[in-house]
Amino acid sequence: MMGSLAVIWAIGRKDLLLEIRNKDVVVAVAGFALLVLVIFTFAIDLNQGNAELVGPGVLWAGIAFAGVTGLNRAFALEVEGSTLEALMLAPISRDLIYLGKALGNFLFIAVAQIIVIPVFAVLFNLVVFRWEMLAISLLTTIGFSAVGTLFAGMSVRVRAREVMLPLLFLPVVTPLLMAAVESTSHMVYGRSWSDMAQWLQLAVAFDVAFLVVSAFIFQHILED
Amino acid sequence: MLNKVLDLLDPLLILSAALMGVALYLIFVWVPTETNQGAVQRILYFHVPVAWGSMMGIFVVSGSSFMYLWKKNEKWDRLAVASAEVGVIFGAMMLLSGMIWARPVWAVWWTGEAKLTTALILFFIYVAYLMFRAYFPPGTQRQRLAAIIGVIGAVDTPIIYFAANLWSQAHPPLVTGPAADAESALGSDLGTVLLASTLAFSFLFIYMVQTRYKIRKSEDDLVELKRASSASAMTGAN
Repeated sequence: MMGSLAVIWAIGRKDLLLEIRNKDVVVAVAGFALLVLVIFTFAIDLNQGNAELVGPGVLWAGIAFAGVTGLNRAFALEVEGSTLEALMLAPISRDLIYLGKALGNFLFIAVAQIIVIPVFAVLFNLVVFRWEMLAISLLTTIGFSAVGTLFAGMSVRVRAREVMLPLLFLPVVTPLLMAAVESTSHMVYGRSWSDMAQWLQLAVAFDVAFLVVSAFIFQHILED
Repeated sequence: MLNKVLDLLDPLLILSAALMGVALYLIFVWVPTETNQGAVQRILYFHVPVAWGSMMGIFVVSGSSFMYLWKKNEKWDRLAVASAEVGVIFGAMMLLSGMIWARPVWAVWWTGEAKLTTALILFFIYVAYLMFRAYFPPGTQRQRLAAIIGVIGAVDTPIIYFAANLWSQAHPPLVTGPAADAESALGSDLGTVLLASTLAFSFLFIYMVQTRYKIRKSEDDLVELKRASSASAMTGAN
């Protein structure tokens, strides 16, 4: 058990180190998401009355779209440097490689949100610094990285991977996106945990289902 | 010439054509017009069977994707791709016929109702499945990765349905058309026509999947033959 955790952490830490040195993914994800937010403030006539109504949807749509660009990078780097083969040669089981890569992606998207969510609060004039937001954000990011890592590993070898990843990723994460948007809107309307409980449970179920299934199925992706 | 025509006459094709004739007669001549919705209600006899066909398609894709990952037998991959293609066509017909029906009856083309949302998202997942296959170079790796998408789609289906249900409770669909929820006065007649029509479309579905499966098999055989012939040409040259 401890050994597995060490392997997952080693792979996650490797990605994190690379990221700290070149800051490719976090800057891309945060920048993209911020642009989506800014564009929507022009696309929608934003006023005191409708910020609560449209804000949560814009926030999570932005993070989902931006997340796709970041996920694309995670495996592209491994393929460009031919380091994926090295990972496959390592005497560790494939599900740990998956969990390590998913951990890296989780950290990137989470850090990007630390930049994006405060800007969202300013642009849409909404109160988001609450424990509910932290829970929603963590659950959504776990699901995004669970599904995204699996699909990024698959589409990395497709000739049009920039097109393929969102086409696979977005429909599959739709239920999680609904959960994120709905519980965020409960939060901005100042409702309690019990109002969003069903959505949070759905997000937990989504995360558990896809982490387990993806870890189990990932061996078929790296098989050659 | 005659032999070629006879070859095309598959028993399944004859069966589905005959049933389709019966279903058309029942839909357009035999069954009385529904009083609340009028003639547009007859779309139901088309819409429900194609929806059923697309659900069968999804079910077969998931099942055979799972079997492919388990057994690594090519026939499961062929079955998966054949039923995905036919299922997506049936799905498109389901979405279109549903919209044509909804416009006069619900007064909207589309709403956030749970079954509609679920059907649309699943349609997108299986379109992505087919696009992935089209983009990826042929070989066992493509078959394996496509099977993974099939399995993921199956895992996602109940979650999507649950989420769409919760979502439509929070945002009640705006339905203002005439008598959308009124009890149908057709009773058992409706059941009879639906049964005939569903049977006809089921056999059509099976026939189309079977035909696509055979074409797929020929394509694979052709690739194999080309490989064998180029290999023997190489050894001949040496």
